[in-house]
Amino acid sequence: MSDKKNLKAKTGNEAMAEAMRQINPDVVAAYPITPATEIVQIFSQFVADGLVATEFVAVESEHSALSACIGASAAGARAMTGTSSQGLALMYEMMYIAAGLRLPIVMAEVNRALSAPINIHGDQSDTMCARDSGFLQIYCENSQEAYDSMIQAVRICEHPEVLLPATVSTDGFIISHCLEAIEMLKDEQVKEFVGTYKPKHWLLDVDHPFTLGAIDLQDYYFEHKRQEIEAMRKATKVVKEIGQEFGRKFGRSYDMLETYKLEDAEAAIVVLGSTAGTVKVVIDEMRKQGKKVGLLKLRVFRPFPFEDIREALKNIKIVGVMDRHDGYNAYVPPVCSEVRSCLYELDKRPKIASYVYGLGGRDITLEMITGIYNELLSGKISAEVKYSGVRE
Amino acid sequence: MGEIKVARKKGWKELPEGDYLEPGSAAVFETGDWRSERPVWIPENCIQCLFCWVYCPDSSVKVKDSLMTGFDYKHCKGCGICVTECPGKKGNKAIKMEAEKK
Repeated sequence: MSDKKNLKAKTGNEAMAEAMRQINPDVVAAYPITPATEIVQIFSQFVADGLVATEFVAVESEHSALSACIGASAAGARAMTGTSSQGLALMYEMMYIAAGLRLPIVMAEVNRALSAPINIHGDQSDTMCARDSGFLQIYCENSQEAYDSMIQAVRICEHPEVLLPATVSTDGFIISHCLEAIEMLKDEQVKEFVGTYKPKHWLLDVDHPFTLGAIDLQDYYFEHKRQEIEAMRKATKVVKEIGQEFGRKFGRSYDMLETYKLEDAEAAIVVLGSTAGTVKVVIDEMRKQGKKVGLLKLRVFRPFPFEDIREALKNIKIVGVMDRHDGYNAYVPPVCSEVRSCLYELDKRPKIASYVYGLGGRDITLEMITGIYNELLSGKISAEVKYSGVRE
Repeated sequence: MGEIKVARKKGWKELPEGDYLEPGSAAVFETGDWRSERPVWIPENCIQCLFCWVYCPDSSVKVKDSLMTGFDYKHCKGCGICVTECPGKKGNKAIKMEAEKK
């Protein structure tokens, strides 16, 4: 089914904006922030040019942006937004509300370091802080994945067994501003794939009035949170189903995670986002020298695919987990912490090393990744978190 | 000690998904049970002006075929506004307040 004719040169931001144009949501509310500004800037041009039927709300802050999306989504609209870093931080309060009210809002998010010191470049500390907000988290390796994942996210979030919001993230500048050839779907294909949003309950349905977001104290809050947890659990199955359906229709399948030359690997790296692409290049080079190295790329961090990770890593001797965020004296940073926890269930566990890299957009080079692999292969690792690329 | 009845609360599997509540309505609750005085209708003094129906803050004046027919004591709080507003017939009010009997 793959039709390579529709290759277009797009940055990550352009790819996400194009996906939004083809999705044609009812409402987009957003506030500009580097490096995500372009997504909604380009999208607002689509609105101005009449290419979409979307109601575009230019709000006064990110808090208002997500609030407007929450109102729109509760009213029955398909709502989307986009942000980054400080903007996401300003949304935190509303993120929990969007998820708690079970509103399937899709957010185009560009990973950027949090201040201070002020920095506009890519690291994953912004979304890592929101990892327990109830949003699904999809991390993209490149513009193609960003484009495809935006389209899939609509279906995943609106699935009746899920009904949760999601962030679809790209690494700031590395993906958001780099031009890549991506294969775009035709407008009709996307329209057909995402379908029409048909919420079960919507506030503008005056014939069936209901209350949404009433106070929920000791006697019911826990039950509603339990439902939300269950929805996130079920999302694993839905992410896979939608990813497979996407593959059947358009030739690119998606899963919770992706492995690269992992089956016979002695040492593996676990990473999410654009660095996975760099790691693949290193693997190819090292394999030529007979070194058995592999990759586990985590595409979806929430829900966390613990069973798949366990299955993929059970025979690996040594695993290096790379985090682009630190836990500030947590035993290990978040991705390593969760990977490590889920592997604890195995009788024969891989050794695990933790690496923090790329804070504030610090470049992660082929040499640094080669160095990590060589360290893993040597077996000489310690429990202490290593900081790759920081000057001593 | 009298037996205290506690309604069984639904578990997470039974509750509607999310913080969703069916529309609330006082129609399904008895809200007049703390009333200390009740209005009593005296039909022979009633001129069917429906002032009581207009002024009742709790929609507790029952009307059928445009005629006042009595009070809905499940919801009437006994505020007495109907008595104040009732013009009656020749100076005789068509509604009077009586103490609630326990």
